Parts: sequence; structure tokens; C-alpha cells
Amino acid sequence: MTSPNRPRSFQEIILRLQNYWAGQGCAVLQPYDMEVGAGTFHPATTLRALGSRSWAAAYVQPSRRPTDGRYGENPNRLQHYYQYQVIIKPSPPNLQELYLGSLRAIGLDPMVHDVRFVEDDWESPTLGAWGLGWEVWCDGMEVSQFTYFQQVGGHDCKPVSGELTYGLERLAMYVLGVEHVMDMPFNDPDSPTPLSYGDIFRQTEQEYSRWNFDQADTEMLFQHFKDAEAECARILAAAETDGAGRRIPMAHPAYDQAIKASHLFNLLDARGVISVTERQAYIGRVRALSKGCADLFLTTEAAGAA
Amino acid sequence: MPDLLIELFSEEIPARMQTRAREDLKRLVTDGLVEAGLTYASAGAFSTPRRLVLTIEGLTAHSPTTREERKGPRTDAPEKALEGFLRSTGLTRDQLEARDDKKGQVWFATITHEGRPAADIVAEVLDAAIRNFPWPKSMRWGAGSLRWVRPLHSILCILSDESGASVVDLDVDGIKAGDTTRGHRFMAPDAFTVTGFEDYAAKLRRAFVMLDTDERASEIRQQADNLAFARGWEIVADEGLLAEVAGLVEWPVPLMGVIEDRFLDLPPEVLQTSMKEHQKFFSARNPKTGRIEGFVTVANIVTPDDGATILAGNQRVLAARLSDAAFFWENDLREAKSGMETWAEGLKSVTFQSKLGSQADRIARIAALSREIAPLVGADPDQAELAARLAKLDLRSAMVGEFPELQGTMGRYYALQAGHDAAVADAARDHYSPLGPSDAVPTAPVSVAVALADKLDTLTGFWAIDEKPTGSKDPFALRRAALGVIRLATSTTVRMSLATITPKHFSRLFSQLQELGFAQIVKGTEDLPEDIAAEAKTRLEARMVPEDPDTGAQGLGKHEARAAQITSDLISFLHDRLKVYLRDQGIRHDIIDAVLAQDGNDDLVQVVNRATALNDMMATENGQNLTQGLKRAGNILAQAEEKDGVEYSFGADPKFADTDAERSLFAALDTADPAIRKAMASEDFPAAMQAIAGLRAPIDAFFEAVQVNTDNQILRRNRLNLLSRIRDAGRQIADFTRIEG
Repeated sequence: MTSPNRPRSFQEIILRLQNYWAGQGCAVLQPYDMEVGAGTFHPATTLRALGSRSWAAAYVQPSRRPTDGRYGENPNRLQHYYQYQVIIKPSPPNLQELYLGSLRAIGLDPMVHDVRFVEDDWESPTLGAWGLGWEVWCDGMEVSQFTYFQQVGGHDCKPVSGELTYGLERLAMYVLGVEHVMDMPFNDPDSPTPLSYGDIFRQTEQEYSRWNFDQADTEMLFQHFKDAEAECARILAAAETDGAGRRIPMAHPAYDQAIKASHLFNLLDARGVISVTERQAYIGRVRALSKGCADLFLTTEAAGAA
Repeated sequence: MPDLLIELFSEEIPARMQTRAREDLKRLVTDGLVEAGLTYASAGAFSTPRRLVLTIEGLTAHSPTTREERKGPRTDAPEKALEGFLRSTGLTRDQLEARDDKKGQVWFATITHEGRPAADIVAEVLDAAIRNFPWPKSMRWGAGSLRWVRPLHSILCILSDESGASVVDLDVDGIKAGDTTRGHRFMAPDAFTVTGFEDYAAKLRRAFVMLDTDERASEIRQQADNLAFARGWEIVADEGLLAEVAGLVEWPVPLMGVIEDRFLDLPPEVLQTSMKEHQKFFSARNPKTGRIEGFVTVANIVTPDDGATILAGNQRVLAARLSDAAFFWENDLREAKSGMETWAEGLKSVTFQSKLGSQADRIARIAALSREIAPLVGADPDQAELAARLAKLDLRSAMVGEFPELQGTMGRYYALQAGHDAAVADAARDHYSPLGPSDAVPTAPVSVAVALADKLDTLTGFWAIDEKPTGSKDPFALRRAALGVIRLATSTTVRMSLATITPKHFSRLFSQLQELGFAQIVKGTEDLPEDIAAEAKTRLEARMVPEDPDTGAQGLGKHEARAAQITSDLISFLHDRLKVYLRDQGIRHDIIDAVLAQDGNDDLVQVVNRATALNDMMATENGQNLTQGLKRAGNILAQAEEKDGVEYSFGADPKFADTDAERSLFAALDTADPAIRKAMASEDFPAAMQAIAGLRAPIDAFFEAVQVNTDNQILRRNRLNLLSRIRDAGRQIADFTRIEG
């Protein structure tokens, strides 16, 4: 993998993806400012996949999976990591080609590597969403998820969005030839202050792992879950018109509460206080919130409603 | 006679769907063509990850013109009737013909259906086939409404004959059929034109696409074998994996890699499963060491560095996977050596099924049942119980958490590490078996005891909560469990009375769940809104304490009635599965019915033995004639009994015998009766069959010579009572009235 085209740092890979997808006409958005488990939760994907309006966006999304925390010791697992997300509606006929172009852009030449599209259907029980597609393999490693959204929040996606999700750390480790995520150069290794991924995140992985697994106050988390659920329901039930008679349904604020509930559920799960039977009930509660938000969003201008 | 070539070119089709899909394409199109009046000489279907292909040779160029004659109303019928007839036939009055019929003159219409060119029919049939294709899962894409397994990119559809090829005029949701396709995604991405199947296959090969799945599979097999042979290794055969991998590549390029030394001490099952499930690698075994030391990965591309980059990448991914596996293995071994108590404790919080308690509850039940079954299968009860308690502990191990398919396999390793006997450890591995109709059946006594207990607990449990399989729905694989019981019982000849075991186990289940209390079971509803929780609690309770069918009462005291009902229900379910099982073994269904109608049918081994013996006898001429005789005797008897309102069952006296035939029948019965009784008592069914078969000649001779329903009432009664002895002789063996023919 010693091609002249080879990137030298984690951030260079991100920058190349940003440039590449900007060049394909995507709006390069910034991460959503809330704790989420995956880039899909960003309203730019979840909500914008609904409705008739065309859409094209790309962004980095910091993602949190409390149960995956390993105190920074595992070479591949992190409780906080980055996803790169691309969403285009309607899915263009050459989306696979566009995707392969993005691999070339970060130095993975499909003529030298073995790139494969292996069946992997995607489903998010908490979002009431599913789609068909593949996990993309490069030399036997899963480097991306590729999904054609069929339903979100229980609604058929018409038109269909194409969604690409890159697990950035894993992909970058492969491109850069790094064995342990903490050893990965974050910025240019020749810069005056070279920083590794570990320089930035080893301590935070330790701190959050301890908090996620041992310290998070479960009473408080349960209460916050109930609060988020109640607030979401209240927003969804609020009158669509405000005091001045303007119609302003509040789909996004409601959806923020659904995201919050979802993340609180993940935290409670990491603390091991949710039993197998309860799990399903909690997932059902978050799904109900997501569905409510999707229903409301579909009545708004952003969804193409009159 | 033109040839037809169709290619449906799409984004990557899941490997597991390709075989079915190409067969479906062939069936849908050929059926459609034939239905429209075309014929063809031969048809072949192919698939790759990106295409479904159908080639049809010797298709007729036109469908034939056909005439259809239709009879209309009488010529003197009201005008309205005639108008309707004209409308339905599309003819005018002067095109009709009046003919004489039985009831007078009647209008006849002759309708001509003009033949149509093959191209028109193909277009119609293919359009319908694409739109109604039976994919297990299909999707929409872009802004269109067409459904396909993944986005459909192009349709190649040409008819070709000596004068050349022509594109069939067809447009499916904006995809216009043409005569071009593309080769390998990376090695030959440009479009090219084809003129017929041979041209197509040859050009595809030059464009790095092997069209035939079987060819790809045999290429992979051969090259993998060669690579292994060069190192003195052998590939571990895996037909399922081979089929899958052949569906993942258009141009297979097997590459061989070596497993790092530090992973070689992992159990071979772990190496093999990890490589297969995560990487779709074939395992290579070193016959000298017996270990798995290498792998073959199948790439889809020829690279300038001969796959070096690809292999290095795969090796890297494998190392990461196996590091995880080694970590799990070491942690699990520590736990196993310390007695696995943490795992046993952990299973208390793993729900088996919400109404049937936790895995720990289930293990307690299986342990008790294993102990009970042990003496029946020649196992030591203490060992059987211990094995049952250990068998599922590996469900809590990290390795099984990662690879659920290694449940049992790991259990055996851990039980050995914990210092238990091989018989006990083997039961951990084998107690899930048999999983399918061709899976091996365990024969070691301890394994058989636990395997039977495992399945009987599942069946009793799901019957108790009324979750039986219906139609095609069998989410808990209860049919498989039933077949498992049958195969275990019959292949190791376990003699057990289900009518005794089942109600006892039901009581065990019932009192255990009572003890646990509803509170625990409905705990999961606590966080639900109050009204929903209350509703859920009521429903759970209603199911927990099943309603008594007679009184509608609920409660602990009523479960005996429920136990009896569940037992008979479950036994008849097992009988249904047994029928399917025996039918596959070549035993006629009516013969099974005849045996199942007898007492003792809750002992599956006895049922099988009887049915087999009876089936063997029925295959002889003697057996068939005997059945005729028995049935004839039964019929005459039944008619007489109905007419006279009495049952003839006793008192046939040889002194009233009037003919030699009658006398020799008496004599034959005197010999056969005790012989049958003795043979049945000692379960020597072939001997019983032989004994009853000896009655054939005397019965035949009797019916030949004697009229049963004679005017002499004394003789008649005596003869009817004699017939009842025949009936009784038969009933000792089977219910012959259920045998057909």
C-alpha cells in the first residue's frame, strides 16, 4: 500500500472524503450537536430521508456506544468514535460508482484491492427504519455500510435515499497500516506538534468507560429517560399554530428528545440495569417517539408538504 | 427457430438468493411463453452476483393461429341474449352460423385467435416476470416504483436466428431492453454488444466473468485444493461455504494464507467458525498435526501484485478477529477451571421465554427430567443430571456470545477443563442433536438422556403456554424438536411411555413456575404505563394458569385436567411427525394409522417396530389377501351387529361347525391366537405377523365354502362369533379397517 496517493493521517482521510463528496454536490454539514449512537440519527438523515424533497448531504458524526468502551485498551473498540455519513435522495443510479470513487480518493485503488458488496440488510428498531444493501468489504474487512432506505419511522421512503456510512477509525487504520487505534496519527506526523489518536482520546476513553460502566447514576438516567419521553410526547401533542397564529409544528425539537431518550437507553444498557425482557419494551418506547416525530415531520415544508 | 437470450443486470444480488432466482426466472418465462402458445427446444439459466441469465433455444417464431367454437343462444331466443353473445365474442350477426341442436336451432360462433410474433410475446412475458418476481425481499430505489432485489440497471433481451439478432422491444419502468452488457466490475467495466448466447458467454469470459456458478465453484475447489496440496495440507470441505463464495464472485481468485503460530492452540472449531463466519475463508488442515494451520480466501480480481495486497489485508483482519477469539478463550478457560458458577448464576437472569422462566429454570427442569430418563437409556442418573446442569453453561461464555453456533462445542471443552468425565462433557456438545433430519443422532447414554430431556422440556413447555406451530409458522422449531425426540427414541430404542413422562414433567414445570411467582414474570412490565402493565399482567396470568376447558375455572387445583389434555395433544403431534418420518422411510401412511389406533401408541419405539413388521407383511401377497379376509370378516360382523343390535364377541363353538372349512378355521385360530398373544407380549412383531398370516388360507377357504348369514340362527350366530375371533386376532396387532385396498 505504498502508493504516492496514500494519506498520512486520520484527519487527511476525513478531509479527502469531505472534498470528494463536496465535489459530488453534497452539502457538507457539521456533526449534530447531540449524543447519538450512529450517523443515521442525525436529523439530516433520519428526517430528511422522509418526504418528497431532493437532498444530498455529507458529514462526520461523532458516535457513542457506551457498551463498546474498553478503557482505550482494545485496538479496535471505542465507546466514542467517528462515522462518515453520506445521504442522497433520490439515490442516484451510479451511487456504487460514486462510492468506489470515494475509496480511490482516500488511496484505496479497487484495481489492487478486493472490493466486494456483501449482503447486509439494515434495520434500526429504535427508528422504525429498514433498508436493503450491503456491507462493503475491502480485502475481507468491512469498511462501509451501503443502504437503500425503504422505511423510516414506519413510513415508506419515496423517493428512496441512498445512505453510505464509513466507520472512520477502522477504515483509516487500514489505509494507514496502523495496528492499534491509539497509535494512529491524527494530524500530519511531520507537523511541529504531531498528535496521535491516543494523545487525544486515550484518557477520555478511560474516563468515559469508567463512568459508563460503573458510575453513571442510573436513578438519574431513568428519570432523564422519562423526562425526554414526556417532553417529546408533549411537543408532538402541542398545537401546530403558535400564539400569533403561525403554523409551526416542532418536529425537530421533538426529535431531539427522541435522540436523547435513545442515548439514555444506551447508557442504561451499558450499566447493565436493563434486563432482556425490558430491553424490548424500551426499544419500543423509543420507536414510538421516532415514529411520532416522523409523522409530524411529514407535515412540514422540509418534507415537501404544501 | 430463433434463440432467446435474456440478461437482467443489477447491483450485487445476495449470494443465498441466486440459485432460486435463476430457477424462478426460467420457470416464469418458459411457463409464460408456453401458455401463450410458443414452444422451445431447451432452456438454461445462470447467475452471477450481478446478473440473472436465461437462454432458450429453438423457440417458435410465432404462436399458432387458433380457432375456438362457442355455442350461443337459440335462434328464437330474445334479442337481448343474442346481443350479449355478440358482445362476448366480438362478432357481428352475419358471422354467426345457425345449426340444428337437440332443442332446435342454435347460434354458433367461430372465433379466430391470430398467431403473434415471438418478440411480442417475449416482451409481455418478461415484463410480467420482472414485475412479479418472487424475491424473498425486494426494494425500490431512486424515484422509481419498480421493485427488484437491488437496483436493476439494464435488460438484455435478444432473439437471434440465421439472419442475425434483434432486440426485443421492451421498456420496464424506463429500462429499455438492448443488446449490450458489461463485464467484470473492475477488470472490464465497458459495455459490449452480443448477438447470441455463445457470443455472450465467450465475450463475458474475455471480460473476466465466469457465467456458470458450478464452474466457479469447481474452479474454487480445484485451485484451493492445489494451493493446499503444495503445502502438504488439505482443505476442510464445506459445501455451504463453497456455494456462498461462488455467489460472491464473478472471477474467482483463491489465495492461500497462513495462520499465525500464536493462534494455533485455539480449538479447531473456533478457528474454522471465526474464519468462515466473519471472513468466508476455507480452513486448511495440516494432516501431520491434525490442526488447522492455513486458510484460503477467494478474491474477485486479478491484481498486478498477484493478490499480495489483498492477502496481506485479509491476514490482518484475521489476526484481529483471532486476537478477540484468543482473548475470549483464555477468559472462558479461567472461568471453566473455577467451576463455572458465575455462568450458572448468570443464566438466572437470561430469559428463556417470558412465560417459561429463565435459562436457569429451564436447566433445573431438564436436569430433573434427565435423571428420570437416565435408567431408561442405560445412563447413570447422577451423571445425566450433572451433564444437564453443565450442558448450557457455555451460553454465558464469551466465545458462545461471539459465535452462537459454537454452543455445545465450547460446553464440552469447558466441562473437560472443569474436570468432568468425558461422558458428561460429550453430553454438553451433543445434547442439542439431532438438529435436522440428516444430523447425526447421539448414542452415548448420558447424551441421549440429556438430549431427550432438552427436547421434551421444550415441547411440554410450549404446549403448556399454547405456542404450538401453526401452518408454516414454527418460530420455536417445535417440529424439529419433535423429530429429534422421534429420531433419538427410535435409533437408540429408548422405551418410554410419553403418557407417563409428559404429565409428570408438566406438573414439574407448573409448580416451578408457580413457585417463581407471577411477580417475577410480570416484572418486565413495571416500567410500562399503568394500564398497559395491568393488562399485560392479566394476560400473562391467564396464560400461566390455563383455563380449565370444562369448568372455565382457573387455579392450581385444575392443572391435572390440563396436563392430560396437553399430553394427548402433544402425543398426537408427535404421531403426526412420526407419520412424516416413517413415510420417508417407505412405510405406508395407512399402515401407520392402523398401528397408531392401538393401545401403547405413546411408546414410539413400539409403534415403529409394529409398523415396520406390518409394512413388511403388507408387501407380500399373503398380507394383502389376509387384510381382505380380515376386513371382510369385520364388515359382515359390523353389519350383523348393527342389524341385530348386539355385539358378537364370545361363544363360537366348534361343535356347531358345519363344514371342513369352518372346522379348519377353528383349528387355525386355536393355533394362531396364543401364538399372536405370545409374540405381541414379547414384542416379537415379525412372529406375530407370521402367526396371523397363517390365518389367510383358512379364512379364504371359509369365505369360499361358507355363507355366514344363513337361515339357521344357531349356525349364523356361531359363525358371527367365529368372525369375531378373527376380528380379535387382527385387533391384537393393528386396526386393519384403516388399511387401504
